[in-house]
Amino acid sequence: MTDRRHTAAINGATGAPLWLLAELTYRCPLQCAYCSNPLDFAAVKEELTTEEWLDVLAQARAMGAVQMGFSGGEPLVRQDLEALVAEARRLGFYTNLITSGLGLDEARIASLHAAGLDHIQISLQASDPDVAAAVAGSPKAHARKLAMARAVKAAGYPMVLNVVLHRHNIDELDAIIALCDELGADAVELANCQMYGWAQLNRAGLLPSRTQLEAAEATTARWRERLAAKGRDMRLLFVVPDYYGERPKACMGGWGAIFMTVAPDGAVLPCHSARMLPMSFPSVRERPLREIWYDSEPFNRYRGDGWMKEPCRSCDERHRDVGGCRCQAYLLTGDAAATDPVCSLSPNHHLIEAARREAEAGASTMEALTPRNVHQSRVFCRA
Amino acid sequence: MMKTATVYRLRPGWRLQWEEAQGRHVLLYPEGMVQLNDSAGAILAELDGQRDVARVVANLQARFPDAPAAAIEQDVHEFLLDAARQGWIQHD
Repeated sequence: MTDRRHTAAINGATGAPLWLLAELTYRCPLQCAYCSNPLDFAAVKEELTTEEWLDVLAQARAMGAVQMGFSGGEPLVRQDLEALVAEARRLGFYTNLITSGLGLDEARIASLHAAGLDHIQISLQASDPDVAAAVAGSPKAHARKLAMARAVKAAGYPMVLNVVLHRHNIDELDAIIALCDELGADAVELANCQMYGWAQLNRAGLLPSRTQLEAAEATTARWRERLAAKGRDMRLLFVVPDYYGERPKACMGGWGAIFMTVAPDGAVLPCHSARMLPMSFPSVRERPLREIWYDSEPFNRYRGDGWMKEPCRSCDERHRDVGGCRCQAYLLTGDAAATDPVCSLSPNHHLIEAARREAEAGASTMEALTPRNVHQSRVFCRA
Repeated sequence: MMKTATVYRLRPGWRLQWEEAQGRHVLLYPEGMVQLNDSAGAILAELDGQRDVARVVANLQARFPDAPAAAIEQDVHEFLLDAARQGWIQHD
């Protein structure tokens, strides 16, 4: 899918947030080892209430936000999801549900449809049921997901599937795409896992080798030709891992430029990964959303280019890629204002090259991955 | 060439919406948005699932009497072909 989140121009004035990601909960029945939720998610106890979420939606819409995602964790865990969707739709949001498919059934699809939900994206872990079960930590989830993908399509929605790729499933990409084709998908996001949250913790066990990646790109290209030849309209979006780029991505279209995440407990973030940065984000429980977006220190800290260091500061491309990703810079260098080491001009680019070499040599098993669950998360919770 | 009796409509699940905060029409689709200029917004707003291309052209010519009628027709035809090619709109 074309990602127009990343097209905002960088200029002096702060624009409105066009995107709201509502992370309704960190609860999830699955345990994917690449989950982007914070490692210490178990520390979050008090989720926003229905009334608080309704207020967040109204505030965000009044500020100009128009695209929104309901995400998590697994958003279907929230029994008030339908009420939130209905209000979002009434306010004029385009409503996307980003789900594992677990917690979905025909009745719930019907009630979400009646509430005005615009779009559902279901994630798959693999084509092979055993791999899927190992990745998700659930033996039954895969069959359920396939059934729900079909049910979503039967309800009149386009079937948009998301498959997170990593070194343990990327070699079966041909079978994965074949499965999506057989299911009747309209679009498939083949998203190589990016190294944040649990994925960063499990990086050595997840990052594919360049050989694997190149084979997967070739497989995708072959499938595009095959689909075109048989007149089948199934769009394939292949997202390359940051670690194999030469220039960093313009993360979120710029810090606090167009994108805003509200976490389950009301913390407002410039993206869903930013929570692990060494800074404190304001909550909708304390301040109005407008004030947080325009006036708070965390949202202003990395806006514009005044915060940049060399080599970004004097780089001609600094407005194109905004220095890359603040989270990636922090995770790899300990300095959130550093150039994203993905950039070949970064003095820390050797860290990326070392990870690639490790991936080339690696022989880790899926069993060695740390599953994302409450038990493991408590290890990371501050006392 | 454009058939003037063709009825175009938005791709299923896509939505055209006037955004007061942006002062323009936007085309909303799964996890994305196209920010439309004035003429694109005016043309897409005419697609109600009933009107054919000829009717869309006539309506816009009536709404913008100061613009040359032939130029409006050409603009509409070119835009609709391009929008169809990009998958924003469809016809039966």
